[in-house]
Amino acid sequence: MNPVGAAADARHRELGLTDSEYDLICERLGREPNEVELAVFSLMWSEHCGYKHSKKLLRTLPTEGPAVVMGPGENAGAVDVGDGLAVAFKVESHNHPSAVEPFQGAATGVGGILRDVFAIGARPIATLDSLRFGELDSERSRFLLDRAVAGIGHYGNSIGVATVGGEIAFEHPYEHNCLVNAMCLGIAPRERLIRSAAAGVGNHLVLLGARTGRDGIGGASVLASAELDEDEDKRPSVQIGDPFEEKKLLECCLELLDRGLLASLQDLGAAGLSSSSSEMASKGEVGIDIDVSKVPLREAGMEPFEIMVSESQERMLCVVEPPRLDAVLATCTEWEVRATVIGEVTDSRRLRVLDDGEVVGDMPVEALVDDCPLYDLEPERPTRQIYPAPRATLRDDASPRDKLLALLASPGVASKRWAYEQYDSVVGSRTVRRAGAGDAAVLMLAPDGGTGAIAVAIDGNGRRVAVDPYTGAAEAVLECAFNLACVGAEPLGLTNCLNFGNPEKPHIAWQLIEAVRGLGDACRELGVPVVGGNVSLYNEGSEGPIYPTPVVGMVGSLPDPARVPGMGFAREGDTIALIGSFTHSLPGSELWKLEGRLGEGLPELDLASHAEALEIVRAAVRSGLISSAHDVSDGGLACALAECCIAGGLGARVEYHHGEGGDELLFGEGPGGVVVSGTHEALADLATRAGEVGFAMIGHVGGNSLEIAAGAARLNLPVVDLRTAWERALPDLLS
Amino acid sequence: MKFGVVRFPGSCDEVDALRACERFGDAELLWHHDRDLHQVDAVIVPGGFSYGDYLRAGAIARFSPVMESVAEFAQGGGPVLGICNGFQVLCEAGLLPGALLPNKTLRFVFRQVELAVENPDTPFTRACARGDRLSIPAKHTTGRYYAPDEMLDELEANGQVVLRYAPGQNFNGALRDIAGVTNEAANVMGLMPHPEHAVDPLTGSTDGGRIFESLATAAVAA
Repeated sequence: MNPVGAAADARHRELGLTDSEYDLICERLGREPNEVELAVFSLMWSEHCGYKHSKKLLRTLPTEGPAVVMGPGENAGAVDVGDGLAVAFKVESHNHPSAVEPFQGAATGVGGILRDVFAIGARPIATLDSLRFGELDSERSRFLLDRAVAGIGHYGNSIGVATVGGEIAFEHPYEHNCLVNAMCLGIAPRERLIRSAAAGVGNHLVLLGARTGRDGIGGASVLASAELDEDEDKRPSVQIGDPFEEKKLLECCLELLDRGLLASLQDLGAAGLSSSSSEMASKGEVGIDIDVSKVPLREAGMEPFEIMVSESQERMLCVVEPPRLDAVLATCTEWEVRATVIGEVTDSRRLRVLDDGEVVGDMPVEALVDDCPLYDLEPERPTRQIYPAPRATLRDDASPRDKLLALLASPGVASKRWAYEQYDSVVGSRTVRRAGAGDAAVLMLAPDGGTGAIAVAIDGNGRRVAVDPYTGAAEAVLECAFNLACVGAEPLGLTNCLNFGNPEKPHIAWQLIEAVRGLGDACRELGVPVVGGNVSLYNEGSEGPIYPTPVVGMVGSLPDPARVPGMGFAREGDTIALIGSFTHSLPGSELWKLEGRLGEGLPELDLASHAEALEIVRAAVRSGLISSAHDVSDGGLACALAECCIAGGLGARVEYHHGEGGDELLFGEGPGGVVVSGTHEALADLATRAGEVGFAMIGHVGGNSLEIAAGAARLNLPVVDLRTAWERALPDLLS
Repeated sequence: MKFGVVRFPGSCDEVDALRACERFGDAELLWHHDRDLHQVDAVIVPGGFSYGDYLRAGAIARFSPVMESVAEFAQGGGPVLGICNGFQVLCEAGLLPGALLPNKTLRFVFRQVELAVENPDTPFTRACARGDRLSIPAKHTTGRYYAPDEMLDELEANGQVVLRYAPGQNFNGALRDIAGVTNEAANVMGLMPHPEHAVDPLTGSTDGGRIFESLATAAVAA
């Protein structure tokens, strides 16, 4: 063993490897790496593929649960939803590509997460998106929003997978580093799910789908694992999506799996062939030989290293037993999908790269996948808020009426119809609750031969995590769980995407550690396992880090989709109640943001009490006895009531006195409040079962305006004015 | 009664259409390579992005082998229904008059729309009455119905304008609010909204079912 002095060659630094990492590579190879090997190592050991700053933290999250079929480590996680069916799901970021080229960045984000789901044999049935941009008074943010939404629609609509929900928030810290997180759900008979471990020495390695080009070279290391630098033109690193190619690939792969023709399947995502082949080999404890001269190319003269690291989209890699190869190729021909044998499974435990038979790279699989150094974070709690206060747009002495109208018209709270109208939310004939029609999307299982339905929500409020990383992250789990409870669903599992700044900076390290602790505690208390996820670090622009933004996507099941109530008030004369251990607080709230304040620290959570409240809301919804359910979220109780009025086209008269009055009662935020309506008898019955969980009858549905008396504060607004403020805000800002 | 639902590479709503048909009769998929229509009584050309639609919508699909047989079937009087991309394909194939242009906003729009039944005397609308309102989702980028004025006058005079967007519902800018038209013989119809997504109360509406029901009863009557 003869470690070579790193300073002799600075090439590795350009590729994002440190000197000590380079030395370690030399040690594991017993020599200096050649160009192919260095390119492969630099990607496999990038943050994006190697999770070198986050793996230790992720291990602290709970991953076990009765419904879990596949946990972290596979292309997507999966849970059992009964009747022999499993639902696979995962969320993934495509932040930096979207900041560089929002249409293709967002489109290929959707394309990538779809491949993750059908790589394990599940048919994608729904996607959701969690988006963050700078404030809409910035032309750049409007451009990014417009193009990212168009890109998501382009890919999802064209491939025929319903986009059923999502969330969009606007905060200045995302101005130079927008976030595009895409989540996909797929469904499959349990026994069709397939793992990616390569098996069977002598089996063929077959590349399916698009030709390989120079697009996306080094995306994982250059774009995803370093801070964005505005001076450099990184557009060549962004991939171009082709949803038609992927549609054919999807149908072809599912048919190959249905007919039992594949030994294993893996998608090509970040780091292309390098990552997919070495991960398949690692999981299967085998070796793989790839001959790059056999890979179909888009352009002549590509170097072996370029072929190995290209991130060209719409490609899959599968392992096929020799007797089944003809049947595989015939099926691919029928679907007009390119299929090429590019290598074979070996017993060498090495990834060998050949160029027309000549060895041009030879690396131990273990070194690529398992030996990536893991770093301990060096956290330091900041002594004061590290983010500047938002710019004030509302006077803090405005009347409650004006505050409510300003909140409803603020882009974070306002109707997102402008965006979701650009998405097909019904293809597949499963969508019982579309985007905008409920707190969570509801998809029935009847088309797949199941009973009942699943529900899914995605949530994460970066501003609240910036105010308190532990509590803010736990709140994201609670928010999703309450969204699910409002449609009667019990959580089965969750996926998360941790979007943070540079973890090598102590304050960011502290945010990350606290947030993961909050996620873990909330998951354990609610009994929801984490079945997979993704980490996106180094989200910083020239003005500093983004808000720490853990995004949670949660999937649950419910027995009877016909009983799911709407979120809007449904009947004149119904009684309105507020259920839950709801604590109102203004730090981190939308109101304070409009007033130009951020705050520090959120009220301590009583997770056990929230778990109890969830059970009560879920049971009430499942009973079919309540007319509506909607959880209190951005903008507090007053906004939640306004949304119930707008959705139902009915007014309400509400009196709510609980401790101090004023802004806190009306606009204070916190998890765990659910506004329900129903007959007086139904709610009286519910009250007797509420036990220790908060329960207050607060008013009645009726008339054409929303009247609220909360403590000393009073407001009275016609529903039509509420609706105008809420519905017109985004179209007006974007016109 | 057997429906055939065409499947091109890039079709998206073919399985939804198949299931909608199965509520009213037998149904099977017809693969684009295959010239054999398998003795079906009615053909559905479904929604989606046939062959990717990177060229003009429907421009490639009209040349597929199955469409040769569909054209013969239509010329022989067989009922053919084109939905969304299927409507575009039938216009491209010359089986329906007019053309579909990009929406006036140039964006993809998904919206539940109200349609008014203008002519109930077709194989596609016989389960409806004149003036009935149907709530059906529409979702497309290229759905603005266009034909020259004289042709539009002729279509109206012949009763070929079968479905119109109700007042305030025409988001794509279609001329004369036209949502669905037939050929002169009234055995081929195209419409932009998706009736196959309005056949189950759980997904919002059952009004689209009346189009399939009409076809099923028309086939039995024939």
